[in-house]
Amino acid sequence: MTWATAILDWFLGLQIYLPIAEVALNVFLLLGLGAGVGILSGLFGVGGGFLLTPLLIFVGVPPAVAVASQSNQVVASSVSGVLAHWARDNVDFKMGSVMLAGGIVGSSIGVLFFTLLKNLGQIDLVIAIAYVITLSSIGVMMAIESANTWIKVRRSSLPTKLHQHNWAQGLPFKMRFRKSRLYISALLPAGIGFIVGIMSAVMGVGGAFLLVPAMIYLLGMATGVVVGTSLFQIIFVQAWVTFWQANTNQTVDILLALILTIGGVVGAQIGGRLGAKLPGEQLRFLMAIVILVTAGGMLYELVAQPAELFSVVIARGGQ
Amino acid sequence: MARGPILALFLALALTIPAGPRSAVAQAALTADLDNHLIAITTGFAGADVLLFGTTDGPGDVVVVVKGPVDSVDVVRKERVAGIWINRKSLTFQNVPAIYMTASSKPIRDLLPEPERALYQLGLENVRMVPVAPEDPELGAFSAALIRTKQASGLFSAQPARILFIGERLFRVNLRVPSTVPTGTYLAEVYLVRDGKIVGAQTTPLVISKIGFGADIYDFAHRHGAAYGVIAVLVALFAGWLAHLAFRRR
Repeated sequence: MTWATAILDWFLGLQIYLPIAEVALNVFLLLGLGAGVGILSGLFGVGGGFLLTPLLIFVGVPPAVAVASQSNQVVASSVSGVLAHWARDNVDFKMGSVMLAGGIVGSSIGVLFFTLLKNLGQIDLVIAIAYVITLSSIGVMMAIESANTWIKVRRSSLPTKLHQHNWAQGLPFKMRFRKSRLYISALLPAGIGFIVGIMSAVMGVGGAFLLVPAMIYLLGMATGVVVGTSLFQIIFVQAWVTFWQANTNQTVDILLALILTIGGVVGAQIGGRLGAKLPGEQLRFLMAIVILVTAGGMLYELVAQPAELFSVVIARGGQ
Repeated sequence: MARGPILALFLALALTIPAGPRSAVAQAALTADLDNHLIAITTGFAGADVLLFGTTDGPGDVVVVVKGPVDSVDVVRKERVAGIWINRKSLTFQNVPAIYMTASSKPIRDLLPEPERALYQLGLENVRMVPVAPEDPELGAFSAALIRTKQASGLFSAQPARILFIGERLFRVNLRVPSTVPTGTYLAEVYLVRDGKIVGAQTTPLVISKIGFGADIYDFAHRHGAAYGVIAVLVALFAGWLAHLAFRRR
């Protein structure tokens, strides 16, 4: 059928030139990537940024641009997320602000580190290594956790153990967080924000996959407000990261971020609805496999001998 | 926005000099032009073809060289460190043209002797790229890699394009500009060769420039990084709010 191939050609030919990434990519490929990751995030409640950045690198976006534009997209998706949580009064603004203070400092250091590595010509390598490490640890943890819950659900007896960190009780600057139902040192949430801030600047992720477990297990926050509060602080940290990436590295591609946002918000809605109907633990296990495969692919690219060992770049400060 | 490249084009056109090494002979010996002096890189740019055509005042052969603006480049080599391939050794070369394409009606070696080829930098082996560390023992491997990489991306022509003569005096050649071409003002040098000597020459400019919305964004991002960052954040905040509104109503 000639009209069918004509339509297919039109779809395949609908390239969009990303002005900062300086590559032309298919619009539907990008929308599809955004939607696919959005569906996953709707299904599993994780941000999905840690999957999107490696996928963008696979399709040809320079790693530095993928990371910085991803930060920009995280701002948009976190705003729509936090508004929904706010409507249900599930945001602890006090806790979020304390974490944010640490997050701003951490992410600023992260961007400086990013610039330093970019100038040394090693940023692509560090991004890849950071991803291989985090993806494989998250994948393994998710696989174990989902397999355990799977088994637990069958045995229907869950020995929950609430971990109490006694050394943390002695820290100064104690504050009361009413909504989180906590009376703890402000240094703890600020410290978590700081460490996640560094990682999210280098990796271009919101860091919810690190923040949420830390808030539940390390701080012992009331679980109902965890996601809303983490999204609240992610908006500001990522807005800060976007600004500094644009200002110092010129790696934020607004067009790329917008296309991913459109795909992402639609996908998140689909994923949220699907998630209510599908068996959760099996899906989580499948997700863990997807993450591990992505990590494996990135690891392979690091260790396999490249076809061309040499690369040519414009010399810095060269005329 | 579009004024920059067009201004550059006019300046370059003003520099078009139909003169040669032996101006008395060369005055009318050779006339050549491009069908298009301005290549615009817009969204969806997939490379372009440029037609170079001209006439000579009699029998002879034609050699064409298209050269880009020169720049310093680093050639970086990956080495295996603890099982991982890492960018390690890097050598800098100065005076490397962004583009180097040749075309000729016969192989250049058969047309001109070595001193002439070296003088006019005809042929890849005669391009004077200057290594910053000329004593490095691995210089050969690095300069070969530089040429190989440039050829792989289509920026240096691996094989000279063939110039076709229509009759004795009219010639034409199609030059392929790859999609990876950097922006800048390029020069097409056209030489008329008779009996192993250059008897006529002409240069004509070719401006390659980013034009349109994408170019404006790139330009703005690099000139006003802070303002661009603020806009990027505001756009994302607004997009997130819109998304929330769009899906709340259901």
